Amino acid sequence: MGTTRRGRRLAIVGNGMVATSLLRRLVALRADWEVTVFGDEPAYDRIGLSKVLAGECEAGALRLEDDDWYRRHGIVVRTGGRVAALDAGGRVLRDGDGAHAFDACVLATGSRPSVPPIPGAGLERVMTFRTLDDVQTMLGLAARGGRAVVIGGGLLGLEAARGLLARGMGVTVLHLMDRLMERQLDGGAGELLRNELERMGLDVLLPATTRRIDGDDRVRAVELVDGTRLPADLVVICAGIAPRTELAAAAGLEVGRGIVVDDGLATSAPDVYAIGECAEHAGTVYGLVAPLYQQAAVLAGRLAGDGAARFVAQVVSTRLKVAGVDLFAGGRTTAERGDHEVLLRDDGQGVYKKLVLREDAVVGVALLGDLGPMAAAADALARGARVEDGLALLGAGAAAGAPAGADLPDEAIVCGCNGVTKAEIVAAIERPDGCRGRACVGACTRATTSCGSCGPVVDGLLLAAGVSAEAAPPAKPVCACLPLERAALREQVLELGLRSVSEVLGRLGDGAGCHRCRPALSYYLDVWWCGEHREETASRHVNDRVHGNIQRDGTFSVVPRIRGGVTSPAELRRIADVAEKYGVPTVKITGGQRVDLLGVAKRDLPAIWADLGMPSGFAYSKAVRTVKSCVGSEWCRFGVGDSTDLAVRLEALLEGLYTPHKVKLGVSGCPRNCAEVTVKDVGVVAVSGGWEIYVAGAAGMTVRRADLLCTVGTAEEALEACALAVQYYRENADYLERFYHFVPRVGIEAFRAATAEAGSEARQALLERFRRSRANAGDPWRGVPDVDPGRFAESTA
Amino acid sequence: MRPVVALSALRPGEGRLVVVGERQIAVFLTATGVRAIDARCPHAGGPLEDGMLSGRHVACPLHLRRVDLETGEVEDCGERVTCYPAAVEAGQVLLDL
Repeated sequence: MGTTRRGRRLAIVGNGMVATSLLRRLVALRADWEVTVFGDEPAYDRIGLSKVLAGECEAGALRLEDDDWYRRHGIVVRTGGRVAALDAGGRVLRDGDGAHAFDACVLATGSRPSVPPIPGAGLERVMTFRTLDDVQTMLGLAARGGRAVVIGGGLLGLEAARGLLARGMGVTVLHLMDRLMERQLDGGAGELLRNELERMGLDVLLPATTRRIDGDDRVRAVELVDGTRLPADLVVICAGIAPRTELAAAAGLEVGRGIVVDDGLATSAPDVYAIGECAEHAGTVYGLVAPLYQQAAVLAGRLAGDGAARFVAQVVSTRLKVAGVDLFAGGRTTAERGDHEVLLRDDGQGVYKKLVLREDAVVGVALLGDLGPMAAAADALARGARVEDGLALLGAGAAAGAPAGADLPDEAIVCGCNGVTKAEIVAAIERPDGCRGRACVGACTRATTSCGSCGPVVDGLLLAAGVSAEAAPPAKPVCACLPLERAALREQVLELGLRSVSEVLGRLGDGAGCHRCRPALSYYLDVWWCGEHREETASRHVNDRVHGNIQRDGTFSVVPRIRGGVTSPAELRRIADVAEKYGVPTVKITGGQRVDLLGVAKRDLPAIWADLGMPSGFAYSKAVRTVKSCVGSEWCRFGVGDSTDLAVRLEALLEGLYTPHKVKLGVSGCPRNCAEVTVKDVGVVAVSGGWEIYVAGAAGMTVRRADLLCTVGTAEEALEACALAVQYYRENADYLERFYHFVPRVGIEAFRAATAEAGSEARQALLERFRRSRANAGDPWRGVPDVDPGRFAESTA
Repeated sequence: MRPVVALSALRPGEGRLVVVGERQIAVFLTATGVRAIDARCPHAGGPLEDGMLSGRHVACPLHLRRVDLETGEVEDCGERVTCYPAAVEAGQVLLDL
C-alpha cells in the first residue's frame, strides 16, 4: 500500500481482529494509504483464546499475520506506546514518542471487561478473561488444581468454565438470570444447555447473585446473597464488556454507550472513523465478530473511494461450541405477540431446534445439539426470507439428499465469521485450477478458517461442483515421502499388487519413507489386503516388534488378554507366579479391567509369554484393546442383559485386529451403565428387549458422549453391529484418527447408513472383509518359537 | 577396531544393542552399511536401538526425536551422541572404540 507514491496517511488505533480485518480488506482493494497501526499487543485471534485455555490450540497459532506480511504491505505497526490523545481538528495523535499527523484516523479500540462493584473483586486470583496474558495466568493457576468459580453465564463465562474444567479444576458457574446465555437462548434451549453442561461436570447455579468475594492474601470463597459460600482458588469474572471510548470522549467526539458512528462508520469528527466493539451504530454496540467484520469491509470500501458503501443494522447470530455442545442462535429466540414458533426437541439426544416466524418470515433461530440446518436457517434469518415448511427447514425426517449448501442462494453468507458468500466459494472452486479441498478454500477465501462450523457446507459445495467426496475434506498426501492422497494410494496399491511397505515406498514414494509414514503404511496395507500383506517389522514401532509397551526407562509392560475382565483363580495364580519368577517390580490393575506387569526387561518377554500361556492383550498397539463389562444379569439385581457374556464374546470376535488408533469397548447390563460405555469408542447397553449400540465416545484428553448407532434385539445382532462399525472405521479413518474424531467428521448419519443400515450387499461385503482380516490376525505371543532371539537380547562383546 | 557382533545377527532396518564394557552401543544395518552410535538418547535416555530407522536417521522410540547416524546430531536439542566408525570383516562387525 502506498509504496509507489507518497499516499495519504491513515492512522489506526487498535490492533485487534477488526483492525486486522480492515487492513486485509485495504490490502485486497490496493487502497492508496500509508498505514500506521497503534496497538498494545500483536494482533491475534481473540476468539481462539478459549481454545488455548482448553488445550486445543497453541497460543502461537492465534497470531493473525506475521511480521513479514506487514512489511510486504508497507504497514507500520507501533506496539507498546499507548496513544494518549487524539486531536481531531489538528489531525494529530500523540503517544509516548511524540505527535503523529494523519489524514484519516480509525478508532478500533475495542472493549474491556466490565467488573461489577463486588466487594473483594480486587483480591489476588480474581481476574477477567480477555487477553492472552489472562489465559497464561489462568493456566498457571489451573495447574495447581482446586476450585474455580466463574461469575457470569454468558458466552464468555461458559467458555472460561469449559477451559478450566478441561484443565482439571472443579468449576461452578454463577449467573444472575434464571437461564444461561439469556441474550441468545430461550428458556427451553437454555435448560437443555444447562443439562448438557452439568452432564459434562460443570456446576451451574441459577439465579445466583454474588454478595462478596472473600479472602486474605488471596481469594478463598465466593459468598452469595442467599448465604451460600463456595470455596474458590480462582474467580473469573465474565460479566460483560464495556466499549473503550475514553480517547474519543477526551477528543470531544460524540459518545453514547460506544463511539457514535453513521452508516459510513464516520464519527462526529471529520475524517475520524470508528469500528468494532468500541463503535455504536444506530443505538447498537455489537459484540460478535461477524457484524464487526462487516463494518471493516464497509470502511475499507469507503477509504478506497467507494462513497456508497454503507453499514446496515444486522441481525446478529452466534455460533459456538461449549464442551461438545453445538449451539447457534440468532435474531429473537423468544416469540413475541404475533410471532409463531416451529420447534423440534429431543431431550434424549440433547437436540433442540427452533424457528421464530413472523408472517412466515424468519426472525429468530435457535439450534442446539444439531447444527445441520444452520446454513439454511442463518441465510433465511439474514434475508428475512419466507419459509413455507419450517419443520422441513429444521430437518424433521430429513433424508440424506442434496449436499449441504446446494439450495442456498448465491449471495448467502456461508462463513459468518469472515463474511464469505456462497458465490465467492463457488468461484474459488470453479476457476481453472480451482480449490480441491476445504483447506484450499480456506486459504483462498478465509471461509472455514475461524470457527470452522461452515466446513460441512464448504464440503457440500465442493461435492456439488464435482470434486469427489473422498477427495473433498482431507485430500492431503499421506506424507511428504509419498505424495499421494490416501484413496488414490489405496487404488494404486491394490492395482499394482504392492503388499509391503518397502515396495510401496520404492514404487510410489521416495524409497525410504520416515518414522511417520511407515507405521501408517504398515497399518493401511494390513487393512487393505485384509491381513494378506507382507509384514515388515522394520516399519513398525518397537512396541509392535516386541509386542510390549515401551516405558520411560526402556523396559516394557506386559498385559495379557482377560476377555471382558473375567478371569479365574488359575489364571491369576499364573500371573502371580510369573511376576515373582521374573521379579516384576509393579503389578497394576488397569482401567480396562486387566493386569499390567510393568518394568519387564526386553530379553524376558518371550519367556514370560510362554509361562503365562495367555493371549496378548495388545495394550501396546493401535489395535482393539479391551471390552470392559459390568456383572450384568447373571449376578446384578438390576441386570437386564448378560453383559459379561456379551463382552467376552465381543472381545473374542475383535481381538488381534489392528485399527487406525486404539479402540476401547464396553458392555453394560442395564441403562445404569456401570461399564461407562457411553465414553467408549464402541459401547453396548442392555435395554429391555435388546441392546443399544453406541460409537465414538471419549473420556481422555477429549470428553465426548457417544452417539447412538442403533438398537438391536439379540446378542448376535449386537456382535454384528459392532463388527460392522469397527470394520468401517478400520477401512475409512486416517491412521491415528480416533473413533471420536472419525465419526463426527463423516457424520453419524453417514456412518449409520454405511454400517447398521447398510444395504444387504454392502453389509455382506463389509462383513466378509472383516472375517478375512480377523482370520489373518494372529496372537503374536504364540509365535514364540519363531521369534528372532537377536531382537530381544543384547549382545555382549 | 575390534569385533563386537556377527553381521548375521543384524536385521536390515532394525537396531541391535551391543554392550562393550560400560558402553551401550546401538548398531544398525542401513542401506549404506553398518552404523554405530551411543545407544542412549540425550533427551530422556531412550533406547535408540529400538528406534525406527529411515534413511540416515533413527527416531527415538520414546519421543520420536531423530538422531543422525552420520553426525550424531539430535534433532531439536542441540546435543550429539557419539558415532563409532564401523567396518565389516569376515562376517564380523568391527567398531573403532
